Formats: sequence, structure tokens, C-alpha cells
Amino acid sequence: MIDTIGTPILQAPVAEGAHDQHMILNMGPQHPSMHGVLRLVVEIDGEIVLRLYPEIGYLHTGIEKTCEAKFYHQVVPLTDRVNYLDPLSNNLCYCLAVEKLLGLEIPQKAQWLRVLLAELSRLNSHLIWLGTHAMDIGALTVFLYTFREREEILRIFEGLAGQRMMTSYIRIGGLSMAPPLDFFDRVQGFIKTLPEKIDEYSNLLTGNPIFRNRLKGVGYLSAADAVALGVTGPILRASGVDSDLRRDMPYSGYENFQFKVPTATEGDCWARYEVRLVEMRESVKIIQQALDGMPEGDFKADAPKIVLPDREKMKTQMEALIHHFKIVTEGFAVPAGEVYQGIEAGHGQTGYYVVSDGTAKPYRVHMRYPSFATLQALETMCKGRMLADVVAVVGSIDIVLGEIDR
Amino acid sequence: MAEAKTFIGKAAVLEALPEHPAVKAILAWKPEALVDAKFDRGELTLTIAREEIRAAAATVQAAGYNFFEDVTAVDWFPSSPRFQLSYHILSHTLKERIRLRVLLEGEAPAIDSITSVWPGANFYEREVFDLFGILFEGHPNLRRIMMPDDWQGHPLRKDYPVEGYR
Repeated sequence: MIDTIGTPILQAPVAEGAHDQHMILNMGPQHPSMHGVLRLVVEIDGEIVLRLYPEIGYLHTGIEKTCEAKFYHQVVPLTDRVNYLDPLSNNLCYCLAVEKLLGLEIPQKAQWLRVLLAELSRLNSHLIWLGTHAMDIGALTVFLYTFREREEILRIFEGLAGQRMMTSYIRIGGLSMAPPLDFFDRVQGFIKTLPEKIDEYSNLLTGNPIFRNRLKGVGYLSAADAVALGVTGPILRASGVDSDLRRDMPYSGYENFQFKVPTATEGDCWARYEVRLVEMRESVKIIQQALDGMPEGDFKADAPKIVLPDREKMKTQMEALIHHFKIVTEGFAVPAGEVYQGIEAGHGQTGYYVVSDGTAKPYRVHMRYPSFATLQALETMCKGRMLADVVAVVGSIDIVLGEIDR
Repeated sequence: MAEAKTFIGKAAVLEALPEHPAVKAILAWKPEALVDAKFDRGELTLTIAREEIRAAAATVQAAGYNFFEDVTAVDWFPSSPRFQLSYHILSHTLKERIRLRVLLEGEAPAIDSITSVWPGANFYEREVFDLFGILFEGHPNLRRIMMPDDWQGHPLRKDYPVEGYR
């Protein structure tokens, strides 16, 4: 019985008595305006959307299952690949969850660096959103501008971790290595010019009548619907719900930073655009505060049985060599228990639910990603609107299929 | 509420946190629905009787836990009861998260869907159905979501090999 439940999507009947007028249309999975391999099955009456089913799973790689076969520290690189546009937030969320299980204290410098990196990562995510969203609407220029800035972020990541996208830089117990010598100068140089660049995007888009008309009043989502459907992040805030985990349930030292949480009440695509632009400016402020107040200290916790030793120590000290060997070959045991760690990533609330049975491999890792919940709200946003608005709405909700399918 | 403190068991939690809004609401509604409780690493876990989950969800919703975040399952194969469902629910006003936990037997596991309380549970329950094979009664559209419709088996179960069947 269990295998026969449910109706395959294309056999879902069209509305009663409308067989001769309504049409089922497939958008995606290889449609240029779909972000990744998203397939939308849309029932339309002329140009009006009547029903819409997101059909997902084309990118399902079973990451949660793979995690169960790896040591705790081997899961970190997998988390990058879930949401490849916001890699450091994923690393951060997973590491915070495991550190909570271990009861590990992280040095203040590592915490501040993590905040700085999470905000850079958020900027990366928002820049890609802005470029691709504007491109969907037909404003091709902005894409080239935002990717110019994104390139600088990726170069900073490359200097930091040796990788542009799959950084795996935040590790359980701290960071993988000390940041390079020119790191702080580069970040300072980048955020110094970014507010002007954001003005530049705004000049290109905010006054653009086509962009305005395509977004204003389109994709409305009320605050009650947004909460009921589990929508988080900028979309929830654009619907008028003032919620941000960085401020409400601070983690990794966010309580030491001053920033505003932008909200809007319109709940349409335009409000989401404005909220995200303000968020980018606030991220710049947070990074500036992190640079100005960067504390002295170590970038790793003092926990030799969990954190890999320095290269130098490993070559000169017997104990460090043994610890290194043990961690790499056997992992480290984590006390039994279950934790859920939520953070505010670029797309919304990311959460990792990690269950340990006391061994060196996680018993269960579940990832709650914001795009998965946001996709449920797509039908509510598109119903009764024109088909062309679907493209604008999909752009405005900023989804990544990697984190939906996992 | 000190993060370091741990209370295991219903009696210990009721004694230590009698004023907790979720605990209070559930006790006022139906004390026998609360099977077990745990406060560990700053997180409150309330184990609810299987039949009562939908009403318990509505109760905590009324108590201010307005935002459904996540539901997932854990397969404790081969121990019994085999499945554990964990519902994570956040409160925007209290700025706090609770976990509702339900234990299910391994033979034909089924539970009431909470989509009537939070429509946002729709995709999450479909995911649990797809990957664990747990049925949600009263779900509006219980189909596979990740795997193809004709897939055999439920990949996140512990007796399903990591490499798949070859």
C-alpha cells in the first residue's frame, strides 16, 4: 500500500468542467529562468495560473544518508555542497551544532572571524540573487556588475581556504587555519567600496520602470500565510514579520554587533528586493564592526582530541602527532544526545539537527534549509496571477535547488 | 535558564521548569499526553503520545509557539520503538525553540499529519514519508518528493545500505 499512495503529478485532474480550456504546462527542469533543476507543473487558463506544483528531487544526492557513514569532521565538506552560494553559513551551522553536542567553547577571535565570514557569504548569496533576478526580468547589465563584486569575494575565499566555492574553512572547534596576512586589508578594501556599488545597482534598477512594473504588487504573500507555510529570511521580513535569528537567538557572538533588521509590509517582490538591498548594507556594517573590534587570540579551541594540531607542532611533538593520527583515522567520539542549531543564512533560517549515539559518526544529520519551505509558498504567491509573473516570483524568492533536494 | 543544567525525565522537568509556557500549556490541556520530557543542552524536548500529536501541536501553537520549523525522523533500528519523529517549533515572541518528540513502532508506522495546524509541514511530512516510509494520516498530498514515484524502499532507514542496492 505504501508504494501506491499518492497521485502522480500529471494525472492530477484539471479543475471540474474545464477540460477544454485549461492547460497543463511544464516549466523546467531545463528552463533558463528556473534556478537550477526546478520543475513547475502549472495549470493555466489562458495566461492565468490556476494551480502550481513544484516538482523537485532532480538533484537529490542523499547527503543526509552519506553523513551517517562519515566521521564528524568529514561531514564539513559535504555541507558546502548543499548550498554552494552560501558555503560558510553551512559550515558554521553544522559546526555550531556539533560544538553544542560536545560542549566546546570557541575562542572569541574565531567567533568574530566566523561572523565576518558568514556576512561575506551572505553578501555573496545576495549578489548572485540580485544579478540573476534582474536577469530574469530582462535587466541583463546588473548581472555583470554583481558578478564583478562576487569575484572579489571568491578571491578572498580563495586566499583564505584555497578554494573559491567549496571553502570548508569553518571547522569543528574553530577555523581550519589562520587567515592570510593580507586578508583583513582585502576585506577592508572590498567593503569600503561596496556601499557605492550597491548604490550603482540601485540606480540601475530602482528607477527602472520595467523592473518596477514587473515586481510591484506581484507575488503577494501575507504575514499570516508566510508564518503558516514556514517561510523565513528576507521573504518573511518583507511580509512584515520582524524575525531574525541573528538578533533574536544570537549565536557565535552576534549579540556583540549592532545592526538593523529591515522589514517591509507590502509582501510583494518589490518589498523583497528592497529588504535584501538594505540587508546587504547592514552586512557591510557588521563586517566593519568585526574588523574594527577583532579580538586577539587563537583561531582554534584548545581541545587536542577534537581539533587537529598545527603542522609545526605535529612535526615536533609526539603527543600532537598521536592526536593527529587518532583524529584522522578514528575520528572523535561525541557524547550521545540530540541538538538543533538554527542560524540566519542568506536565504533564511538554516538548521542542523544532529543526533549522536556516542560514537565517532553522527547517527543522524538532518538539514533544514529555507528554500525547501519557501517553495511551498510559491503556489500561494502565483495563484490567480499571470504566467509571466511566475518567473518574477521564482527570482524573488531566491532558491537554490542544492539545498532543496540535498 | 542555565544552559549547563540537564533534566532527564518527566518528573525532573516538571519540577525544574513548571513555569515554562509549553509545559504549562500541555499540562493544562491533557497531562497524560505528555509521556516523557528532557531538558538537555538548553533544549527542551517533550515526548508526546502518538495519538495526540495533532492536538498537542495546536496546543503549543496557542501557547505562543507559532512557527513550525522542521520535522524529521530518526530510525533507531533494531531497537524498539523503532522510529522517532522530532518536530522543531519556534516562537517568534518568546524567542525560544521546543522539540516535540513522538515514538513510533517499526511495523507500519503511521501518525496524524499536522498540516491542518501548520500547512508548512506539507513538504516536510512528504520528505519523511518518502525517505522513512512513515504514513501521515490526513495529509493532503502524500507522494514521494525526493525519490522517483516508482522507487522501491525508503533510503534513510538504517537497514537500507548507504551505497544502495546493486
